[in-house]
Amino acid sequence: MRLFLLAAIAFSLGAQTPAGDAKHGKQLFESYGCYQCHGHDAHGGAGARLAPNPIPFAAFSRYVRRPTGEMPPYTAKVVSERDLDDIYAFLGTIPAPPPVKSIPILNH
Amino acid sequence: MDRRGFLKGAAAGAAALATKTPAQAQEVHARPAAPLPSGRALAAETAPVSAAVEVLTADRPGSDFMLDVLKHLGFEYICANPGSSFRALHESIINYGGNRSPELITCCHEEQSVAMADGYAKIEGKPLAVMAHSTVGLQHAAMAIYNAYAGRGPVFLILGNTIDVAARRPGVEWYHSAQDAAAMVRDYSKWDDLPISLTHFAESAVRAYKISMTPPMGPVVLVADSDLQETPVAPDQHLRIPKFTPASPPAGDAAAVAAAAKMLVAAENPVVLADRAVRTEEGRKLLVELAETLQAPVVGGKFPSRHPLSQGGGRGLIGNADVILALEVPDLWGTINNVRDQLHRTTTSLTKPDAKIISVSAEDLYLKSNYQDFQRYPEVDLAIAADAEATLPYLIEACKRLLTGDRKRAFEDRGKKLADAHRQGIERARTEATYGWDSSPISTARMSAEIWEVIKDKDWSLVNGPASRLWDIDKVYRTSTGGGAAGVGYGAPASVGGALANRKYGRFSVSIQNDGDLMYGPGSFWTAAHHRIPLLAVMHNNRAYHQEVMHIQRMANRHQRGIGNAGIGTTITDPNIDYAALVRAMGVHGEGPITNPNDLGPAIRRAAEVVSKGEPALVDVVTQPR
Repeated sequence: MRLFLLAAIAFSLGAQTPAGDAKHGKQLFESYGCYQCHGHDAHGGAGARLAPNPIPFAAFSRYVRRPTGEMPPYTAKVVSERDLDDIYAFLGTIPAPPPVKSIPILNH
Repeated sequence: MDRRGFLKGAAAGAAALATKTPAQAQEVHARPAAPLPSGRALAAETAPVSAAVEVLTADRPGSDFMLDVLKHLGFEYICANPGSSFRALHESIINYGGNRSPELITCCHEEQSVAMADGYAKIEGKPLAVMAHSTVGLQHAAMAIYNAYAGRGPVFLILGNTIDVAARRPGVEWYHSAQDAAAMVRDYSKWDDLPISLTHFAESAVRAYKISMTPPMGPVVLVADSDLQETPVAPDQHLRIPKFTPASPPAGDAAAVAAAAKMLVAAENPVVLADRAVRTEEGRKLLVELAETLQAPVVGGKFPSRHPLSQGGGRGLIGNADVILALEVPDLWGTINNVRDQLHRTTTSLTKPDAKIISVSAEDLYLKSNYQDFQRYPEVDLAIAADAEATLPYLIEACKRLLTGDRKRAFEDRGKKLADAHRQGIERARTEATYGWDSSPISTARMSAEIWEVIKDKDWSLVNGPASRLWDIDKVYRTSTGGGAAGVGYGAPASVGGALANRKYGRFSVSIQNDGDLMYGPGSFWTAAHHRIPLLAVMHNNRAYHQEVMHIQRMANRHQRGIGNAGIGTTITDPNIDYAALVRAMGVHGEGPITNPNDLGPAIRRAAEVVSKGEPALVDVVTQPR
C-alpha cells in the first residue's frame, strides 16, 4: 500500500515536469547565483546536491519558493515560472559522475 | 643602587656633579627614588655634560636581562615587525643572545606576528613571543589577539612603550607611548602588566607565561618600558629570575566524574562531542580509550578519523542520543540547537526532550563579559568545571569500575553497529567526491583528494584549513583549528606559524589557503621565504569573500530584489589576482592559476618537491565556491 502511494505521488509529480530550455537554464543557474551554494555543476557545496537525478519538479519548485531550511526564498518576483522551468531542465542534463572505482586516488 | 646612581657613578661621580648647577644637583638628590628615571632624562637634566665624562655606551642594558628572562622561559622564536620602542630588546636578541632561542622572525605586520604565534602554539602546545609597539603595533595586532583569545591559544606579547614623559624623544615616541597600553586588549587577553623594574619584569614574565599556559589558555601582554630596556644594569644589582613551574590543569571533581560515568555507562545511545577536548598526543590516546571503553561514537575534535567509532553526521547522533558528553565544546548551545537564518529566526532543539547533557569545560572557570565569545548559555544536566584532557583519566577509570558483563555485551553490539556506520560514511564520502570530479572551476573534493595523494605517505601536518573525511588523521598534529573568533586574515600567518613549529620535526606542512584571507596579509609568505619555512599552500580560490556573497544573496532574496548585484563588494575579480605571481615576487615557488582539474595533481607534486627541500610553495587553484 505504502509503495503504491509513493509510486502514485512520484507519477503525479513527474507528470508536472515542464519542458524547459536547458541551455538558458544553465545561464540562469549562474546569473541567479544558484551555483554559489550548489556548485557550478549543481554537485553541491554549502547547499545540497541538486543533480544528477533532481527531485521531482513540484517539490523543487515548492522548495525554491518557500524553503523550509536555510536556503533564501526565490519568489516569483525574482525568478519567473518560466525561468524556473529552464533551470530545472538544466539540472536534468547533468550527467552521472564517474564511478568511484574508476578514480584511483579515491581508492587509497 | 638605582639607575640614576649607577649612571652617576659610571660618569666618574664627583667630576660629573661638578659640572651641574646647584639647582640641578639638588634635583638629582631630591628625587633619588623616582619610579622610572632614565638615562636620557638624566642627560637632559644635567646638561651641559662634558664630552669627557658623558656616558655613551653600556655593557649590559636592561634588555639583556629581559632576554635572559625570555631564554629562561624557553621561547624558540620571537616574531616582530621592527619598532623603535623595543629597539634595545631587539638588539639584545640578535647580538647578546646570538639570535638563538629565541630567534627573531621578521614579520611584515603585527597581526601576522600574533597569528603566527597562534598557529605555532596549536602545533607546539606552547607560546612563542611577539614584540610590538604599544600603540600602533598593538592596534595592528588586536584582531589576531582576539582570535587567539577566543580560540584559547597561548600567545606571549611584549609591548615597547615609554612611560616617562621626560624620557621620550619629541614626536613619534609620544605617538608610540600609552599610559595604559594593554587597556585596548584587556577585554580579550588573559593577563597583562607594566613592570617598572627588571625584578618586576622577571616576575611578571614568569607569571604571565604560567597564566598563558594554564587552561583555558590565552594571550598575555607584558609592557617592556623602553627606558627599562635601555638603562644599564648596575654591576652590583642583584637580579634573579623566578622558577617557572607550570600549573597542572584542573581535573573534574571526583563525585561529579563518578556521576558522569554512571550516566554514560547506563546510556543506550551516548555520543561524545570532542571539539577542543584534546591538546596533546597523550590526550588523544585517552579520548580513544574512553570511546573504546564505552563503544561510544565520537564527533569532531582530534579523534582519529579512521577509527570505527569516528562518526560524521553529528546531528543525527545528537538527535538519537540519550546522553551527550560535551568535552570543551565552545558553542555547546549552538551544537545541540538549530537556528534557522530566515526573516523570523526560529530555534529547534536537536536533542530528545529527555536527553541528558554532560559538559566538561575549563570555560566554566574563566570568562570575561564584554566580548561575546562565550556563546549562548547551554542548559546541561551535569557541568564539570575542569579541563577535559586532565579529567579523561579519571572518567575512564570511573567508567571501567561500573562495567558489568551485560553492559560490555551491549557495548560490543553498539560498537559493531557504529563500525558499520563508519564504513558506510566513508563510502558515502568517497561517492560524494565523484560529483563534479571533472568540473572547472575545480571541486573542493577533487582538490582535497589530489592533496591527499601527495601527502599520504609523508609525515604531514595540515596547519590551516579543513581536512577531508577521507584523510587518515592519526596524530594530534595532523590538524589545526581555525581562527578562534573567525577573524579573516588568520589563515596565511597561522599556517606559517604552524609550519615553523613543524620544521624541527621534519614534518611536511600543508595548508588550504583561502584567497580573501591571503590578501589580508600576503607578507606572511615573504616571512616563510626569508626564514626558509617549508609550507605547501594550496589555494581554495573562489575569487570571492564567498560567505559574504551568500549573506548578500540572502538579503537580496529576502527583499525580493534579485541577486544580480550580490557580487558588488563581495567578489575578488576584475582583475583576477595572480596569486602565484604574487608569491613568486616574494621568493616563493608559485604554481597556477590552475583551472583544469587534470593539471592539479602534477602542479601539487611539483610544489611538494620544493617544500621537501625546505622552501615554501603555493599552488593557486581556481575552485568551486564551496
